[in-house]
Amino acid sequence: MKSYLYYPGCSLKGMGGPYEQSLFSTFRKLDLKLTEIPDWNCCGATAYLSVNGNMAIALAARNLAIAEKDGGRDIVAPCSGCFLSLNKAKASLKEYPELRAKVVDALGRANLQYAGTSKVRHPLEVLMNDVGPEALKKLVTKPLKDLRVVPYYGCAILRPYEVLGDSHTPTVLEELIRITGATPVDYPYKGRCCGGMLTSGVQAVGLRLAEILLEAAKKTEADVIVTTCPLCHYNLECYQDHLRKSTGKDLDIPVMYFTQMLGLAMGLGEREVGVDRLLRRPMTVGVTA
Amino acid sequence: MSESEKPRIGVYVCDCGLNILGVVDVPAVIQYASTLDNVVVSREYKYMCSDPGQDIIKKDIKDLKLNRVIVASCTPSLHERTFRTTVSTAGLNQFLFHMVNIREAVSWVTTDKKKATEKAKTLIKAGVMRVTLQEALEPKTEPVIPEVLVIGGGIAGIHASLSVASAGAKLHLVEREPSIGGNMARFDKTFPTLDCASCILTPKMTTLRVHPNIKLYSYSEVVGVEGYVGNFEVTIEKKPRYVNEDLCIGCLKCVEACVYKDARFPNAFDLGLAKRKPIYIPFPQAVPMRVLIDPNDCLKIKLGKCKMTCVESCEKDAIDFDMKPERLTVKVGSIIVTTGFKPFDPRRKPQYGYGVYPNVYTALEAERLLSPTGPTEGTPLLQDGTMPKSVGIIHCIGSRDENTNVYCSKVCCMYSLKLAHLVKERTGAEVYNFYIDMRTAGKGYEEFYKKLLEEGVKFVRGRVAELTTAPLSNAERGKLILRVEDTLAGYVRRIPVDMVILSVGLEPQNDAQELRRMLNLSCGKDGFLIELHPKLAPVSTATDGIYIAGACQGPKDIPDTVAQAGAAAAEALALVHKGMVEIEPYAAVTNEDLCSGCQICVGLCPYYAIEYDAEKKVSRVKDVMCKGCGVCVAACPSGAMDQKHFRDAFVTAEVAGVI
Amino acid sequence: MNVSRTVKYEEELDADFANEIAAMPGGEKIWDCIQCGTCSAICPVSVYMDKTPRRIIGMIRAGFKDEVLSSVSPWICTSCYSCTVECPADIKITDIMYSIKRMAMEQKTYRRFVIPDIEDEFVKMVWKNGRLSEAKMGMKVARKSGLRNLISMVPLAWKLSRRNRLKLFHTERMANPEQLRIVLNAMQEHPPELHVKKPGVVPTHHHEAVTT
Repeated sequence: MKSYLYYPGCSLKGMGGPYEQSLFSTFRKLDLKLTEIPDWNCCGATAYLSVNGNMAIALAARNLAIAEKDGGRDIVAPCSGCFLSLNKAKASLKEYPELRAKVVDALGRANLQYAGTSKVRHPLEVLMNDVGPEALKKLVTKPLKDLRVVPYYGCAILRPYEVLGDSHTPTVLEELIRITGATPVDYPYKGRCCGGMLTSGVQAVGLRLAEILLEAAKKTEADVIVTTCPLCHYNLECYQDHLRKSTGKDLDIPVMYFTQMLGLAMGLGEREVGVDRLLRRPMTVGVTA
Repeated sequence: MSESEKPRIGVYVCDCGLNILGVVDVPAVIQYASTLDNVVVSREYKYMCSDPGQDIIKKDIKDLKLNRVIVASCTPSLHERTFRTTVSTAGLNQFLFHMVNIREAVSWVTTDKKKATEKAKTLIKAGVMRVTLQEALEPKTEPVIPEVLVIGGGIAGIHASLSVASAGAKLHLVEREPSIGGNMARFDKTFPTLDCASCILTPKMTTLRVHPNIKLYSYSEVVGVEGYVGNFEVTIEKKPRYVNEDLCIGCLKCVEACVYKDARFPNAFDLGLAKRKPIYIPFPQAVPMRVLIDPNDCLKIKLGKCKMTCVESCEKDAIDFDMKPERLTVKVGSIIVTTGFKPFDPRRKPQYGYGVYPNVYTALEAERLLSPTGPTEGTPLLQDGTMPKSVGIIHCIGSRDENTNVYCSKVCCMYSLKLAHLVKERTGAEVYNFYIDMRTAGKGYEEFYKKLLEEGVKFVRGRVAELTTAPLSNAERGKLILRVEDTLAGYVRRIPVDMVILSVGLEPQNDAQELRRMLNLSCGKDGFLIELHPKLAPVSTATDGIYIAGACQGPKDIPDTVAQAGAAAAEALALVHKGMVEIEPYAAVTNEDLCSGCQICVGLCPYYAIEYDAEKKVSRVKDVMCKGCGVCVAACPSGAMDQKHFRDAFVTAEVAGVI
Repeated sequence: MNVSRTVKYEEELDADFANEIAAMPGGEKIWDCIQCGTCSAICPVSVYMDKTPRRIIGMIRAGFKDEVLSSVSPWICTSCYSCTVECPADIKITDIMYSIKRMAMEQKTYRRFVIPDIEDEFVKMVWKNGRLSEAKMGMKVARKSGLRNLISMVPLAWKLSRRNRLKLFHTERMANPEQLRIVLNAMQEHPPELHVKKPGVVPTHHHEAVTT
């Protein structure tokens, strides 16, 4: 039984609740253990780095230091944004020894040490590398036949840390979709930014980005969009009504997490994977709650 | 060293204007030198390498009967040869001379006058102690085989071959494709004159074909090189054409008669854009005009079963399915490498959709589409057979990019302009050129750019970030959309086109590394073969007798390629003319009394210059083959191996002088 | 008709500005920019910026400090890192955008608009609780974006809270936020900006995967 540390980040318990739920239920089924990092703090996302550079790194590093105390298990950060922030802190501390000295000192005051040894990983990569396609295939008992899925990676899981291979031509999400029995569609914007915090800050721009993504998704005649990040999920899912009113376009399409898709294919019920908590229920043909 | 003669050393310290005098206290140094053992005279002069300077040395050798000379001045790589000549003109063996570097090693690396003077003194002392022990040696001369090998039959190889051959020397040209012509044979027109490439190339090709001094080995590769300058032994492997070259007359009846009624297999000359039969010629002007059979496509060779209508049709009985690869050796005095380039593979930049979206071509493929002998007979058509109404040409694909190749490939701006002109002329389409900088340095090149500016081609200064087929408007439907920042106008633009041409950069050939190792050549960071000196020796290499020319040395256009080819030919001809080559006598030499016969040296020698005498149980150096690298000397556990002019005793004396 | 004169004199430019940015993490290669415009072309939001990323880099190098620090461009940047990945000169443009934001915040030269204020609130909330409460943050944002906006978000907020995805009255908080504050306080003893030794000293290629 493989065991990981779990970094939820500020979204997984709230907006990204269905993600956490489906992550837990699928990992349990795959016999992977997740232990939440004790008293973790916010990773800083993009906001903190815009205000104070050094503190932003220290903020994220605190989580890495706590993880090290735990003894070397890999950290699973399901939110792509957190995945990026934590890895960025790790990279910055490796690259800038002056900064590292300051952060190590600051962490030391809270009785924490930092050696830069914890690995921060995304559950999509963990599934494909640690469990592997063969093992996953064996556990698919209710293949999602006839389901057409848009593989939407978003940007943070692809860039700048190319853990899924060349950021221009990623294929793991499509692979996972095929493993579940569904069909990935050809999607031109699989790595294009969803707008991140723009829907909150500069709504006109954020909405336009979401509109482009949704319109292209509708064009593929897919049944559902699958995402890897709660912020992408929010941007794609929560403004479809608003957009219909402002543009007149029908952009209704269910959006779910890849862990939910996998869970359903592995025979978990809709409530177990939190499908009931989505705004639109994906019509996953042939699956019952 | 002759023990009867006591050493009489002359020390000459050069001021080098102010280069040395400005930092080193030269008067103090010559004063010090005169106190050293065996030093008979110690002088200072403004410019030792000048005629009067050299005369001083010559006079002293005569008048003072000097038998050793030291010059303390610049680096030996500049003037060691000069002073060795000076000394030998005065009747003293040139290897009784030693040069001490007090410029690049002293006055040019410090401003501390005291330290510089001390160091100069120390180095001269060391030099004096060394030269005391030096022995007279005679330079070896080796006869030069008056034949030349040229590897690669593109425009560089063709021009070099014709230059060498027309001077009366014999040469062997090895080309791995079935025909010579290289990449230039694929072009439609050449910039800036818009000459038809084949029209200017084929006359040279036919001259070569009939030249009595040139032996052409087509469809052959160099597989082994041994020897050294003046005496190379090269092994060539002739790949089987399955057609006897001496009998075939190139009538092409066999191609017509082949059981495959339609051409089915991608033709390499057309970069896969056109098809050929298993029996074929690469292009209509091929030299030699001889057919060949691809063993992977031919039914008879692959499956053993075929009607063999080709054999039936051949009046000369030239087809031979039992042909095997043939190896032969040639002996030459010098080698010219003209193996050319390969275009950058745009699949390494997936952003541009090559191989994914239709109608995205590389520049070389575009040349084939524009060529009258190409798959579309000169009109660049879309894959559905229609004419494009808009074409985008994207510069700098793979070049000037930290992610692929950092260097600029030099020729792409010019060929992109040429392609723009030709495409517009043949199709009337709207043509866009997307560039970062317009690099048109060359005779007539800026004028060519000016001409293009007036032809209605749309120039957008901006590097295209990606190609997409996802439309954001009706006009974009079904097109290839280029997203680019027009940096001059100051707007991000989306430009839909029907066809995209990628101006790919130039890279070394796939097997450049393999080949250069065979020849003992070095390459730069970018993989291109490296010249001896970037300014003053662009076609020579660190390996005597091997010259490089053309794109294998770095991206360049045809005029520069031809110029380099001529230069390399001249170097090779110099060797042929001189008839002999002087080799520095730094060979290793075995003290057979000390040799234990362990043979460690034999295995280590990179030039296979040591042989083991099983009878006497000693290892002996073949003086002629030894390049003086010193590896055996360092490795010899019993100290039996020593190196002439770099004897252990000399080196320890020099070190003792420093300490 | 109003005409204005826009020549820029050397005295008005800040010659040190480029060096300042180059000395901040990620700015090391700013001098290598060949102004190709790939960054602007790949950026999904460059068409909304008042100055495209390429232009911002050009202006930094020339010393147009005021114009750059008051531009909205860096605030629209979503940190998608496309520019950083595509840049043929390996310039970490995203990091430079962050540097501009931090400088603008510190020197208060940014124009008054929503995003910097939101980010300030973010930092305050993290200081207080160690984590973000989405609902609280959302309300702050909505308030700053105007009443109409706030009202239009209500149906969505309701739907989400019904599905237990928006905890309207819950504050997400660490058990011991004090532990975090110790670390943040310690960092505050240093100047907020890290100045890397010299431009070009730390050229780690960003393609290095961190986890593998």
